[in-house]
Amino acid sequence: MVIQIAIVSGKGGTGKTTLSGALAELFENVVIADCDVDAPNLHLLLKPSVIEEYEYHGGKKAHVTPEKCDGCTICVQHCRFDAISLVNEKAEIDEYACEGCGVCELVCPKDAIALHETLSGMFFVSKTHVGPMVHARLKPGEENSGKLVAEVRKKALDIAEKEKYPVVLIDGAPGIGCPAISTVTGVTYALVVTEPTNSGIHDLMRIVEMLRHLRRDFGVVVNRSTLDLSNTTKIHEYCRSEDVEMIGEIPHDPLVMRATEEGKSVMIYKESAAAEAIKKIHRMLMKKFNLD
Amino acid sequence: MKVVVLSGKGGAGKTTVATNLAWVLSLQYKVFLIDADVEEPNVHLFLPVNYSFEEKVHIPKPRVNNDVCVKCGKCSEICQFGAINVFKNGVMIFKSLCHGCGACALICPVNAIEEIPEDMGIVKRGDARCGSLKVGMGYLNVGEPSGVVLIKQLKKWMSDEDDVVILDAPPGTSCPVVETLRNTDFALIVAENSPFGLHDLKMVLEMVDEMNIKRGLILNKHTDTYEGVEKYAVDNGIPILMRIPFDMEIASLYSRGILFASRYPQWKAEFERMFSTLGEMTGWSSR
Repeated sequence: MVIQIAIVSGKGGTGKTTLSGALAELFENVVIADCDVDAPNLHLLLKPSVIEEYEYHGGKKAHVTPEKCDGCTICVQHCRFDAISLVNEKAEIDEYACEGCGVCELVCPKDAIALHETLSGMFFVSKTHVGPMVHARLKPGEENSGKLVAEVRKKALDIAEKEKYPVVLIDGAPGIGCPAISTVTGVTYALVVTEPTNSGIHDLMRIVEMLRHLRRDFGVVVNRSTLDLSNTTKIHEYCRSEDVEMIGEIPHDPLVMRATEEGKSVMIYKESAAAEAIKKIHRMLMKKFNLD
Repeated sequence: MKVVVLSGKGGAGKTTVATNLAWVLSLQYKVFLIDADVEEPNVHLFLPVNYSFEEKVHIPKPRVNNDVCVKCGKCSEICQFGAINVFKNGVMIFKSLCHGCGACALICPVNAIEEIPEDMGIVKRGDARCGSLKVGMGYLNVGEPSGVVLIKQLKKWMSDEDDVVILDAPPGTSCPVVETLRNTDFALIVAENSPFGLHDLKMVLEMVDEMNIKRGLILNKHTDTYEGVEKYAVDNGIPILMRIPFDMEIASLYSRGILFASRYPQWKAEFERMFSTLGEMTGWSSR
């Protein structure tokens, strides 16, 4: 069975992509999936060359045929998303508010509204120096990012199964909403990246609650752990009291920033403190899932 | 004036900018600060609030009366989200996929579907323990997919009484961010000074420009070693309103939940100056 490891965090900017990019360098035989489809960044480190390209149709949007609309406002009254207003006696759809449910089409007595399929994004299968990579781009402002995350993961798992890769490494989206839920649904293990700040601790507790709700196995990594030792201690205490597995710490290391600015993983600085810490995390994961 | 602080990338400094700006302005104006990140709200960690009002937010979800249901399958056909399926033995509802649109109840020919309001989270508001500052925030229930309804509810609390509304947006560029941006006056984009920050800035700009909202940029964690974001802004005519350096003192205050503008008068003045530029750009003047 393919081991699926998701790198997640409640709070954004804690270092998911940095850790994903570094682990991608360390795992031999790995398929990479960038599931932060709202703001993907992993391709900036792994520089994939696209082999296959797919259109993603996430949902539909309502369209009005103005000639047929008599301005009766029945659709306006039924729309629960405040997406329809009357402009010059005709129904007008706010595409950003429309969730594509089709209630307006259902209630329109003049047959003036219909749902149309829209292109919501693209996803790609690519080649990188570490292995195959599946990534995507949601059009800004689109809905259903969770569904696109599911597509990306399915494609990555397909490749791993067909081409006998033992591991799929998933870079997740921040938050605890649909893209985050979709990132961890059914994964073997989730690695939660947090930072020693009040915000980091608060958001860690929320995502732990979410992972427990979804009954996932998970562990915690404290990134930039040396920036605030008292908060790092608090995270350790929290994990102990909540019986959460502590996987490791990555110290603050200016070389991480330098590598990122160069568009590379911190693993190019092999001897750096961050690289050493990540190697340790990698060894723990290898052991945990008998990948040696 | 309604200002949205957003970034695309997580951890770029949205909450830092929103809370510091709100606090500085609250010494002069009536300010309403909305934490629109209902998945991971953080504003309250920087601004302690005395909450005076709290309410549950509901979403109507279908319940099927199997004694009445004739298993015609129309509800399942109309549902655009795959949230309702009809089998031989009954109807199955996948609540996490349901948007609460009501299509299934509308189309059911035998009225077998009743819509029951379900909790999806809470919203609350109160006064911060400083200045003339009202704060609104929400918590999306764990397991709920979307906070859009909560954000809508928070925005209903904006009123003409407020001189300035500041909305701290969630990260990303998808539906909750769009909901935060709708009907606002200015997008204050915070970009982290890195290739990741640049990439996500481009995505945010695409969204903000399509929504036709005025925008300006704050460069955060600014260093001299990377110039990509600054160069992009200059080349594309995006006004840079402020630069916050990568500074261990500022980072340390942040990690402990302390507003750096409250510690450094020069930063307080800097936020005031930025806001007056913003006022000039939008033609806003206080009453």
